[in-house]
Amino acid sequence: MVVARKEKTAGPVGQSVLRNDVLEKATGAAVYTDDIQFGPGLLFARVKRSPVPHGILKKVDVSKALALPGVKCVVTGKDYPDLMGLYLKDRATFAVDRVRFIGEPVAAVAAVTEEIAEAALDLIELEIEELPAVFDPELGAQKGAPLLHPDLENYVHPNFIFPEPGTNISNHFKIRRGDVEAAWPKCAAIVETKVRVPHIQHVPIETHVAVALADDKGKVTLWSSTQSPFAQRAMLAKTFHVPESDMRVIATYVGGGFGCKAGVTMEAIPIALALKVKGHPVKFRLTREEEFYTNFVRQGLILNLKVGCDKDGNLLAMENTMYWDGGAYTEYGVNVTRAGGYSSTGPFDIPNVKTDSICVYTNHPSGGPYRGFGMSELHTGLLQVMDMLAEKIGMDKVEFLKKNVIQGGDTVATGMTMHETGIKECVDKVAAAIDWGKKEAPTAPNKLRGKGIAVMWKAPAMPPNAGSSAIVKMNSDGTLDVSIGGQEIGQGTFTAMAQIAAQTLGMPYDAVRVSGPIDTKYSPYEWQTVASRLTWSMGNAVRLAAQDARQKILNLVAEAWKEDPKDLDIQDGVVISYKSEESIPVKDFVVYGLPKENDQGWIGGPIVGTGSFMPTYVTGLDPETGQGPRAVVHYTTGAQAVDIEIDKETGRLEVLRAAAAFDVGKAINPDLVAGQIEGGFVQGMSSAMFEGAMLENGVWRNPSFVDYRIATTMDVPPKIDAMFVETAQDDGPYGARGVGEHPMVPTIAALANAIKDATGVRITNPPFSAEKIYLALVDAGIVK
Amino acid sequence: MSLHRITLKVNGSTEIVDVPGNWTLLQMLREKLALTGTKNGCASGECGACTVIMNGDAVNSCMVLAAECEGAEIITVEGLSKEGQLDALQKFMIETGGIQCGFCTPGVLLSAKALLMRNPNPSEYDIREALAGNLCRCTGYNRIITAVQKAAAVH
Ligand code: FES
Ligand code: FES
Repeated sequence: MVVARKEKTAGPVGQSVLRNDVLEKATGAAVYTDDIQFGPGLLFARVKRSPVPHGILKKVDVSKALALPGVKCVVTGKDYPDLMGLYLKDRATFAVDRVRFIGEPVAAVAAVTEEIAEAALDLIELEIEELPAVFDPELGAQKGAPLLHPDLENYVHPNFIFPEPGTNISNHFKIRRGDVEAAWPKCAAIVETKVRVPHIQHVPIETHVAVALADDKGKVTLWSSTQSPFAQRAMLAKTFHVPESDMRVIATYVGGGFGCKAGVTMEAIPIALALKVKGHPVKFRLTREEEFYTNFVRQGLILNLKVGCDKDGNLLAMENTMYWDGGAYTEYGVNVTRAGGYSSTGPFDIPNVKTDSICVYTNHPSGGPYRGFGMSELHTGLLQVMDMLAEKIGMDKVEFLKKNVIQGGDTVATGMTMHETGIKECVDKVAAAIDWGKKEAPTAPNKLRGKGIAVMWKAPAMPPNAGSSAIVKMNSDGTLDVSIGGQEIGQGTFTAMAQIAAQTLGMPYDAVRVSGPIDTKYSPYEWQTVASRLTWSMGNAVRLAAQDARQKILNLVAEAWKEDPKDLDIQDGVVISYKSEESIPVKDFVVYGLPKENDQGWIGGPIVGTGSFMPTYVTGLDPETGQGPRAVVHYTTGAQAVDIEIDKETGRLEVLRAAAAFDVGKAINPDLVAGQIEGGFVQGMSSAMFEGAMLENGVWRNPSFVDYRIATTMDVPPKIDAMFVETAQDDGPYGARGVGEHPMVPTIAALANAIKDATGVRITNPPFSAEKIYLALVDAGIVK
Repeated sequence: MSLHRITLKVNGSTEIVDVPGNWTLLQMLREKLALTGTKNGCASGECGACTVIMNGDAVNSCMVLAAECEGAEIITVEGLSKEGQLDALQKFMIETGGIQCGFCTPGVLLSAKALLMRNPNPSEYDIREALAGNLCRCTGYNRIITAVQKAAAVH
């Protein structure tokens, strides 16, 4: 009898299964880079850094440091002059003939203890001729500003980065769409404003750590707390003239990344030392202070915005000039400014657009990727302007946003056609969650209460051909190993990948083992753990690998049973036939095969599935107009709303209610999606209320947790309403899109808009510290 | 640097350790006793990642000299589970999603454990206050608070 083809059991995709990494993490067993034991041969590195923001490096004398007992080697820029960089090769491991920021590595010492290495730094003598410095990107972009990189024209870069040699501009991205000049007279309301967003720091609780070991043939192994083992392998192999396959990167669990552990930051330094003391592992760990001022920062932004709409609130034109404070080296930062450029309209349908997104070298710490990749900074300005425009024409802000948000089929400012997206639903959800439109009474007489809303979008920002791969190996105990090259940095990607593999194969979730640590020698290639791209891109690779294994399993059983593979299925780890009603557990044959009849030999063999994914459809854009068929793979959109209170006596801002919703395509694990939304909201809120580098003449004045405060348990709203909608992504696994970065993107703007609603005063530039709010209330005559 | 011989109890077992006089409890735990569950996030008493329980109180182990630990009783994250049975705090941190990157987790668990040892029925405010020195950049904190509330309920 033919059994009815029953509905597949639900499977783990879409379920909030427990994470597969947390038992280790809850018991202290999880291994992070600094936890690996290297034995008594281990040497410790410390770095001599530039004390000035800009100058010619005339002399580095290391002879006294080398003579200190316990010091094993000292290296300087002369030893390793090669330039490296992800999108623009503008940075050497150590300053070679010029220093460009306070904290720039000039030399490094390896010694038998950290104390001796530190003591040796004082013995290194530097002679530097100071040069005039650039601390403001808008001024730095002008002709005649002190030039930081006279060799800019020689720096290697891909064809989508546009440096302007002879200036401090390392990338200039443009959009020219429609005719903004012709549109202004048609506008009933125009808002023109300047917004400044300060530098902030990522502040993972684990600082950067890397340990390098070179063998006598010069093969290098690097243990590193990184989001990017494969990108590090590629960049470091080139820098040190080692074949890629002889540069092995091993990456254990990462104690938070948020972008700063992408690409290469400090990892070249222990390699530079290890190559001189072969056989000795060399460990370099950033102190918290170094983590603040020598690591990638989220670059500062000066945003000059002009946006206009007609009397019905339809957006007609936008002019957006962004000066990014790229810092001393913009090897990664240039692509942040490119992303800021092609997404510069935010999630809005605007027919006339003129954008200039300009990356400027300054004598500040180097900018780089930070959760959101330019989008938080951009949206901070843009979503305040939208709020102001709605006020100006007297329209409800929710109505104004819904009228203008981008929809499937609209043309994005770069010329690409927008895919379907549920941004309107997101707006409705967050507005409902905080009772938008209802004026709430303050909780105390000395308080002012208000609400704010903001929307967002973000696309994965990456080279057009960033790829992923995966391997699925079936085991004879009913489990399977999933090998990937993407990193578990806290977001839960190992869990999501296990869910996708289990779902695709028909195996139980608990049967999946994700192979860690990532090891470039054994793990399949993954570009980087950035851009909220893993669920989507690596998820596709895992799905394909699982499909491959599944097909091999079905073909084998079909051959043994003399059936059509189409009549077979795998459910809960058992192959079943809908036709013959036969069944066999997968574990019985996926390694040892199946016997032929009458002892005539065997069929099959160990089952391994492989999968690769790379988007092949992202196109270039015209350098003058920013127009092209497809700038990005897709956009994740969303909205956030807050209900806040301001204490008139102290200026303190308190978030009473927060709601956020994003269109994730498909929530592979709803609870992990909520975890990203909550954590991202608090990181965004922290950046809005407390955070900003105090840079004075290039000196970072607050490089500690005491002076650079981040949100604590006492600051967060008791509940964050985390919601999502699911408009399937056509090229995503089970329809999924990423959501790792998005939750902090609209937060600063939503809070700024709420402060305005509560007090009547608009404070455009974060952070909205109690002091800043209080003084603004005094200025406005609200408090005496 | 001359070595000091100290005898102390760590997770119930007696240890005799020779440590340099300038070493911290954090260094001793990680580098002499290989208890690497306790994390270093700042080495200056500002992040809480290194929190352990010393004689019943939560302390930042980066701010305690190892030499001061003569005769002390220390509990680290490795000592929370007993014979494979997770402590209720560990169980609920896992179930509520209070762990993302996990780097703050050992410190959070020990601060919460010290709180429940001295106050089995903490209010939400008590919990938030007890954990105010444990920075977490990933979770947004509320799931951690929920986990501690649930653990308190079964304590
Ligand atoms: S490492 Fe001890 S408080 Fe940060
Ligand atoms: S889970 Fe990452 S710092 Fe708390």
